[in-house]
Amino acid sequence: MKAAALLFALAGTLAASAAVAKDVTLLNASYDPTRELYQDLNAAFAAQWKARHGDTVTVRMSHGGSGKQARSVVDGLPADVVTLALAYDIDALADRGLLAKDWQQRLPDASSPYTSTIVFLVRKGNPKGIRDWPDLIKPGVQVITPNPKSSGGARWNFLAAWGYALKQPGGNEARARAFVRELYRHVPVLDTGARGATNTFAQRGIGDVLLAWENEALLAQRELGKGKFEIVMPSVSILAEPPVAVVDRNAQAHGTRAVAEAYLQFLYTPLAQALAARHFYRPRSAQVAQQYAAQFPRVTTFTIGELFGDWRQAQAKFFADGAIFDQLGPGR
Amino acid sequence: MARRLLPGYGLSLGYTLAWLGLIVLLPLAALLWKATGIGMHGLLALLASPRTLAALKLSFGGALVAALVNAAVGLLVAWVLVRYRFPGRRLFDALIDLPFALPTAVAGIALTALYAPNGWLGRWLAPLGIQVAYTPLGVLVAMAFVGFPFVVRTLQPVLASLDRGVEEAAHSLGARPAQTFVRVILPVLAPALLTGFALALARAVGEYGSVIFIAGNIPLRSEIAPLLIVQKLEQFDYAGAAAVGIAMLVFSLLLLVLIGLLQRWSGRWAERAA
Repeated sequence: MKAAALLFALAGTLAASAAVAKDVTLLNASYDPTRELYQDLNAAFAAQWKARHGDTVTVRMSHGGSGKQARSVVDGLPADVVTLALAYDIDALADRGLLAKDWQQRLPDASSPYTSTIVFLVRKGNPKGIRDWPDLIKPGVQVITPNPKSSGGARWNFLAAWGYALKQPGGNEARARAFVRELYRHVPVLDTGARGATNTFAQRGIGDVLLAWENEALLAQRELGKGKFEIVMPSVSILAEPPVAVVDRNAQAHGTRAVAEAYLQFLYTPLAQALAARHFYRPRSAQVAQQYAAQFPRVTTFTIGELFGDWRQAQAKFFADGAIFDQLGPGR
Repeated sequence: MARRLLPGYGLSLGYTLAWLGLIVLLPLAALLWKATGIGMHGLLALLASPRTLAALKLSFGGALVAALVNAAVGLLVAWVLVRYRFPGRRLFDALIDLPFALPTAVAGIALTALYAPNGWLGRWLAPLGIQVAYTPLGVLVAMAFVGFPFVVRTLQPVLASLDRGVEEAAHSLGARPAQTFVRVILPVLAPALLTGFALALARAVGEYGSVIFIAGNIPLRSEIAPLLIVQKLEQFDYAGAAAVGIAMLVFSLLLLVLIGLLQRWSGRWAERAA
């Protein structure tokens, strides 16, 4: 609430100081690992908007866990746009009337301008010889992944493992259950979020393999010492699609709809796509992807839509109270 | 009518009640209101689930043990700080408040770094087969850490005002040191000790930030009740989250009432001893 008041006050001062050109402020509620990405994207968008329209756009950021950010918007955080880790969290906003139910059809590529995938981060030299998903359930291998019930990002990890098992020859629901059950038996610590899990793996030295978003794994490799960790790309993984949307009700109230829409469309331009790639997110644009091909090895991926219908269904089937994760998870 | 220190009985009482209502009762009312969505049936099902029970058991059991440890160690530390003069005493005294000032996440990460199998302490404990981080024992350590200052700070003023003449009298009447402690000193300290214990307990029950890093958070094993609340919120299940919150609140209230009764009883004990 205080932040909101401060923001209004700030917006007010900015508006008052505007003489000729219009000053616009957008608030983007995003999840944690996009901090550096949006710093660059916002600057690039502001420069482009200024050149085209003469107006100054300031995009303010709010970062936090994806689910927490969605709840903040539900509870009144006046975000004009949300850029979160999974569609389920934006669906929750749509359920409460903050934006149209068909929000995911409003932008190309299921409203996800950049993607990532789930990879394995292993220790230097890959001492346990981890090459693919079945290696994770070998005796003596410990896997670090956050709790999918408290981390939106970790739900992609769970679904990646499930999807792998399903896609094997003769794969079916029962086999997927068995594989995932065994996998979570190898998890000694269930952190509440992705950064916590990275910390447990990298700093505390727990576990042999960290299930991570590719962008986080690449970042960890760069930040925590190039020689200390290696990235292993599994044979098949999930296409993680972090979606973006204009929060209709807030944009309407602030009169920022046009800018907010332009901001999100900007994310699909070659300039923004290259910035995304530089921050280790896989670009949607084939041309930009070509330029960064060395950074992103080829991997076979499946989407939520292909295997699970949509996020609402996946959430209900796997992560609701008493659903599959509760039946199979560690501690059982 | 007795002269009152504060002017305007009505005014000051009004402010007190309004403030109490705003800061304490209003949020509690909101909690109750949010929980109504779950219904009686849902509430009972939630409370009967093994996961909720295990989490509540860990949160309250852990907090009780941590508060007991704090009461014992806190008494010792308060005694040393009040009764003895040694170099660095003031520094030690100032350090006691550190768990209050430290952001809980920092405390949690620091404790985990210490007790993890590759940590300064953890690496010596691991060969002995003792694992602290990522087990219920780690939860206890974090709870003891955050609750520690309460016992020391509530006991210090009482200890400082304790008349040493009473101890000398007991001694001259032939009481052994242990007798003097149990029959003369402890009754006077008991109310403050219980207050410190209650505060440490309450703090540990609700602690999230520091515990979450060291707990391991494995369902049924090392998952604390506040984590269940966070997980429910992650599913936008406000009613379920509020229901767990209310269960914790009711337990806490019962515990605090119990401690209040103990305190009254110990007050009478002190009077008898005096």
